[in-house]
Amino acid sequence: MLFGDRPKYIMLICGLTFAALLMTQQTSVFCGLMIWTTSTIRNVRAKIWVVDPKVEQVNEVRPLRDTDVNRVRSVHGVAWALPLYSGMVQAKQIDGTFQNVMLMGLDSATLAGRPARMLRGSIEDLRLPNTVVIDAYGVEKLSKGHARMLDIGDVFEINDKEARIVGICLAERAFTGAPYVYTTYDKALTYAPRQRKMLSFVIVEPIPGADPAAVARQISADTGLRTFTEDEFFWSTIWWYVYNTGIPISFGTTIALGFIVGVGVSGQTFYTFILENLRHLGALKAMGASNWTLIQMVVLQAFTVGLLGYGIGVGLAALFGYMVLDKGQPPFYMPMQLLVFTLVVIVLICAISALLAIRKVMKLDAAVVFRG
Amino acid sequence: MASLFSGKSPGPATDTPLKDADSHLAVRVRALTKTFSIGRRGVDKLLALKAVDVDARSGEMLMIVGPSGCGKTTLLSIVAGTLSFDSGEINVFGHKLHQMSSSAVTAFRARSIGFIFQSFNLIPTLTCAENVSVPLLINGLGRQEAEKKAEEMLERVGLGGRGGERPNFLSGGQQQRVAIARALVHEPRLVICDEPTSALDSQTGATVMELLRTAARKPGRAVLIVTHDNRAYKYADRIVEMEDGKVQRVYEDARDIAGY
Repeated sequence: MLFGDRPKYIMLICGLTFAALLMTQQTSVFCGLMIWTTSTIRNVRAKIWVVDPKVEQVNEVRPLRDTDVNRVRSVHGVAWALPLYSGMVQAKQIDGTFQNVMLMGLDSATLAGRPARMLRGSIEDLRLPNTVVIDAYGVEKLSKGHARMLDIGDVFEINDKEARIVGICLAERAFTGAPYVYTTYDKALTYAPRQRKMLSFVIVEPIPGADPAAVARQISADTGLRTFTEDEFFWSTIWWYVYNTGIPISFGTTIALGFIVGVGVSGQTFYTFILENLRHLGALKAMGASNWTLIQMVVLQAFTVGLLGYGIGVGLAALFGYMVLDKGQPPFYMPMQLLVFTLVVIVLICAISALLAIRKVMKLDAAVVFRG
Repeated sequence: MASLFSGKSPGPATDTPLKDADSHLAVRVRALTKTFSIGRRGVDKLLALKAVDVDARSGEMLMIVGPSGCGKTTLLSIVAGTLSFDSGEINVFGHKLHQMSSSAVTAFRARSIGFIFQSFNLIPTLTCAENVSVPLLINGLGRQEAEKKAEEMLERVGLGGRGGERPNFLSGGQQQRVAIARALVHEPRLVICDEPTSALDSQTGATVMELLRTAARKPGRAVLIVTHDNRAYKYADRIVEMEDGKVQRVYEDARDIAGY
């Protein structure tokens, strides 16, 4: 019946498509944004992170004392422990403009925490004086106002000190929108504004075969510092943003709006469709169609349009993601769980719409067909 | 829709044949009473049928006539098993509707009753053949076989080759013939018609009544018609006249009724 009523059929699919698109796209951007908050963890790839006892997430740095590195090294189960500087500083470009950058200071001997992939140049050149490696996004951001894109050998300033580019790498995008600039730990201390304590993190590798979680607990017990395994730090960071920022409320409102629009449009259209066809449904009932048969009809129609709307909506959201991923803005991450979430919500919308209709069908008196 | 209706056929309804003396009866109604609750709170009562007795014989076309509000449509709805009643007995081809459960009545309706409505009630989004095949699908027949039988039935009512068309593209008379095909396609024993000619011109109405009379002549079948249309009286074998919820008179010869 519904499939023959083209205007309502299309209206229902459009409503459900809009709801699915809104929920999937907004949730994907939210997930992408949350993933961005953990970019430092994913760039450094350390198995254990040692931080100040009050630190809860990776972008919140309370400096440690340099001697804490040696205290961590002395803990049983630690293969190596190295200092890492992480902080936001301002880079001054040749034309005088400023750009915030995420400065990463790596241990000069091992360069542990180095970027996973170098596009050009060598990370070893960081041992040369006044040298930095910037990520590809940094090339784009720091080249603004230049006649050409920055390249190896080009120079800019950090805190009035020369920074010469010796390599370009690929790094995960930071939540703050600042590009990553890598240098050695010692040079990072000269670039960054001076504080009493400068050590941001101690990154640790447990001995082969040791459980990182157990080693982390041991470090905490022996040093009084807080430790996270890589996975713990990832989720701790994400939950911190969920609980301490308005981001989830902002996105949650839009997602709720998608749900309400979906229920409103599809529920109302479907209910109107049932009302308009009560005489036909009554005729079917009079002819011997059971309530169960009519309920199956209603459910089949509701869920067919639901699945079509879901498919088109998710497809459009994926197309949006495909288009923005190249540009890198806005963040977009569509995990499989998100598709399941949207499907469950669309099924819920269809179930609500179908229930309204089923209630009407159940109460429908077959004798209605004999009334004028 | 086919898949929804292609389940198991409804089981047989309670079979309680009429006694030998009554075996020629298709429908036997005794002391049928029906009250409607009216008004906002439903406390006021309207006695629509007052101890009605009606018989319809096998192979006959019985017409129920009377002024508006006399209870003829209520009587038809109850005999069709679509409306509950307060008291009385209804026996349709040996099936005691007053003793059957709701689901058994539904199954009985699906198998044994064909319906023709005043406003046709064809589903506009289905083709004529699909509309006609609905009772077969409800009875569990496969879609292909149902549509084949529907096409054959449409041929018999003079609409051969029109099965693929939507009802809205047909004239009123043609739509009513599709409705007749739908009512007869599953070989029901009782055909219930509610004002079948009221929306038709006299010539088309005559064609429809001829079709119904031919259908009624089949052994073991009866046709019950409620009508206001005195042009249709001449096709009736007997006429039951109702007034104020009671049977006023039964005309054994349709020519005896005023307005024939």
